Amino acid sequence: MTPIIEVRDLSHTYSRGTPFEHTAVKNMSFTVASGEFLGIIGHTGSGKSTLMQHLNGLLKPEQGDILLKGESIWKDKQSTRQARFRVGLVFQYPEYQLFEETVYKDIAFGPKNMKLKEEEIRRRVYRAAHFVGLPEDVMEKSPFELSGGQKRRVAIAGVIAMEPEVIIFDEPTAGLDPAGCQSLLDNIAQYRKETGATILMVSHSMDDVARLADRLLVLNHGSIEMLGSPAEVFRQAKRLKEIGLSVPQVTELFLRLKELGLAVDAATYTPEEALSQLLRLKGGC
Amino acid sequence: MLKDITLGQFFPGNSFVHRLDARSKLLLLLLYIVSLFLCRGLLSYGLALGYLALAVSLSRIPLKSLFKGLKPLIFVIIFTALINMFYTPGKVLAEFWILRITEEGLHNAFFLVLRIVLLISGSFLMTYTTSPIDLTDGLESLLSPLKKLRFPVHELAMMMSIALRFIPTLIEETDKIMSAQKARGADFENGSLIQRAKALIPILVPLFISAFRRAEELATAMECRCYHGGEGRTKMKQLRYSSLDAVAAVAGILLLAGIIVLRPFGL
Repeated sequence: MTPIIEVRDLSHTYSRGTPFEHTAVKNMSFTVASGEFLGIIGHTGSGKSTLMQHLNGLLKPEQGDILLKGESIWKDKQSTRQARFRVGLVFQYPEYQLFEETVYKDIAFGPKNMKLKEEEIRRRVYRAAHFVGLPEDVMEKSPFELSGGQKRRVAIAGVIAMEPEVIIFDEPTAGLDPAGCQSLLDNIAQYRKETGATILMVSHSMDDVARLADRLLVLNHGSIEMLGSPAEVFRQAKRLKEIGLSVPQVTELFLRLKELGLAVDAATYTPEEALSQLLRLKGGC
Repeated sequence: MLKDITLGQFFPGNSFVHRLDARSKLLLLLLYIVSLFLCRGLLSYGLALGYLALAVSLSRIPLKSLFKGLKPLIFVIIFTALINMFYTPGKVLAEFWILRITEEGLHNAFFLVLRIVLLISGSFLMTYTTSPIDLTDGLESLLSPLKKLRFPVHELAMMMSIALRFIPTLIEETDKIMSAQKARGADFENGSLIQRAKALIPILVPLFISAFRRAEELATAMECRCYHGGEGRTKMKQLRYSSLDAVAAVAGILLLAGIIVLRPFGL
């Protein structure tokens, strides 16, 4: 099956030819399967944001290509514009991009740009609002009256309303309280379940990506350091720490248990798995 | 894209001109401008040009950057030259339709262009060699006598520094907001003029909101550190005149004196 996204030998350098020249992404190649949840991790400046902005055509690759279902998004102008709608990008702190008078109008901005019919826009706006858990009575309020967490939900709904095949989230939970984080991640998981959309999520929380992602992409200095299932990635805890990242708390605990000589799998990364391993250990005693 | 705009136009360096006190550079610029307006003939303009050339070579600012600064003003310069050429009464050299070129006109146009170019290059040299912070500090110090007249010199200088400080931040912010709206399908490049103006709303509203938010945060932060204006404040970086400033001052005064001497002779 054709992967939904294919990144081919992508490189990007900022401010070429000036003293501020800086290569953010070099020779990156990978594919994302349709319906997959890919977690992207890497320390600050590892090229995550640059990579993301290439995936929906905001940045033009200096070298290499981005393919969406096997077709280059830079084939012609139309494909590039379509890529914006097919690959939704939720930036960091997306609430700072709100501008409309009402929540409804703000969520409708994307669909309106797609030149959809009024009824279709309405349907999509309410559907998106439902996905992010916005109550109906806020729809006619000004987005600036809402709390920080609700503003973020409005902004995310604004991207979901375009019903993209792929959604990229850049640290969607940054700055939210624990309960807000949890419910937002649940909303994202629920959305994926109901629509089958492909999801890419950048996060600094290893626990979050461990719980949600099918595969993890680890970036370091603009290149791919690792790409594999969470178990495969977290097995290399030492390397992860070397490049300034960490492992989920559960993995941290199991690494320590293993060090103490217990027969456990050091790459355990979910509480459920941890529980079953501990029970097995207990039963074995 | 937006980041490529050069702002503040400051070229860091450690040349003779860079090391001059910001106050003396401001005063020398003033002296230089006065001298330019007193110039009458080729010789005095030559003197001013020589003075500027010396300053530029001492500053090690590439000539190319200096000319780059003049570029946006080319239209104004040409326009002034043409107006002067055609509308100065005097001995007619050539005539066609309603336009007539006079000898006095050519003379005026030539000297006026020379004066404008020298004036602008001189000012650019100063902004190229003085950091915005030094410049506001110098300005504050020079204007401090006005404090006696209750003119808010310190507040003005503070406003200038804050404005300069926030230009790069706001540019970055604009870039981010533009990307975010583009990701939602906003189109800034196509469409009629009205459509394109309308497309700016999704950028301007968030930008203003964030500017107000930043302003409020900064005000709170300043108040938390008990900022209360100029009264009794000391500076981390003290402005000090050195022997370099004395040398520069002598050169500036010599220029002015020379031009004043040449003036009665029309040179």
